Amino acid sequence: MSFVTRGFSGRRRDDNPRLPPGQTLVNDWPVLSAGPTPRVGTAEWELTISDETGADHRWNWDQLLALGVEDVTVDIHCVTHWTRLDMAWRGVSLDRLFENVESGHDFVMAHSYGGYTTNLPLEDLLDGKAWIATEADGEPLDPEHGGPARLLVPHLYFWKSAKWIRGLTMMPDDEPGFWEQNGYHFYGDPWKEERYW
Amino acid sequence: MSSHLDGNALAGALSDVFQGDVTAASARCAGCGAVSVLAEAMVYPDAPGLVVRCASCDHVLATIVEAGDRVFLSLSGMSTIELRRRP
Ligand SMILES: [Zn+2]
Repeated sequence: MSFVTRGFSGRRRDDNPRLPPGQTLVNDWPVLSAGPTPRVGTAEWELTISDETGADHRWNWDQLLALGVEDVTVDIHCVTHWTRLDMAWRGVSLDRLFENVESGHDFVMAHSYGGYTTNLPLEDLLDGKAWIATEADGEPLDPEHGGPARLLVPHLYFWKSAKWIRGLTMMPDDEPGFWEQNGYHFYGDPWKEERYW
Repeated sequence: MSSHLDGNALAGALSDVFQGDVTAASARCAGCGAVSVLAEAMVYPDAPGLVVRCASCDHVLATIVEAGDRVFLSLSGMSTIELRRRP
């Protein structure tokens, strides 16, 4: 005798076409931390883009904001299955930061205060798809949420939006960051459910 | 002449190693070299996986990612682990 167990399908997608597969809507903002929370003041904060020529492009807090802060409303999809819709952010487009960066490399490693890393293709950071975010929900970013500034790449799972961002290093090849070394997908498209290897 | 076996030869030795109480094991941190009992490490559970850090230097000792019917275990932050045999 055999029993057939139907997979649980439930109403997780809630019939909402903006919810990627396997995601559930939330209204709060869960805090996920892989380590101690770095406390970095805006007076000491600095962002560096390093290219293969060895030239560093640097911005302090005021120089970052002077590039132009925009309002961004996007959906956030975390690999731990929660999604928040229409989240209000403010930040500086990476297009502004990369304006004067000449690099022949196609990949980027994002580095955070505290040592976190995550890898991204350069093209996923350009053309209005990514920001250095400084505010969310109308408030400056709390340290728990990556303040004073975090990467914001909303079309990929949220682990790619590195908290406490401090640097972007150009890479000739796609090399794995922290979670990508430890089981998570190199790219992380929520619509294709690219969660793990 | 040297010879080697394939990975199936690990079955006995490794299943032996992964029995027992792992939290009683000691590990050497690949970051700072400190040797400590795993039960004294710092575990951050609120991440996309469990992150185990050295209590001396914060270095990541291990991660465990639950992935449905799979588990990804990384021990790359520990240079050596000392396990106690069951009495
Ligand atoms: Zn250590």
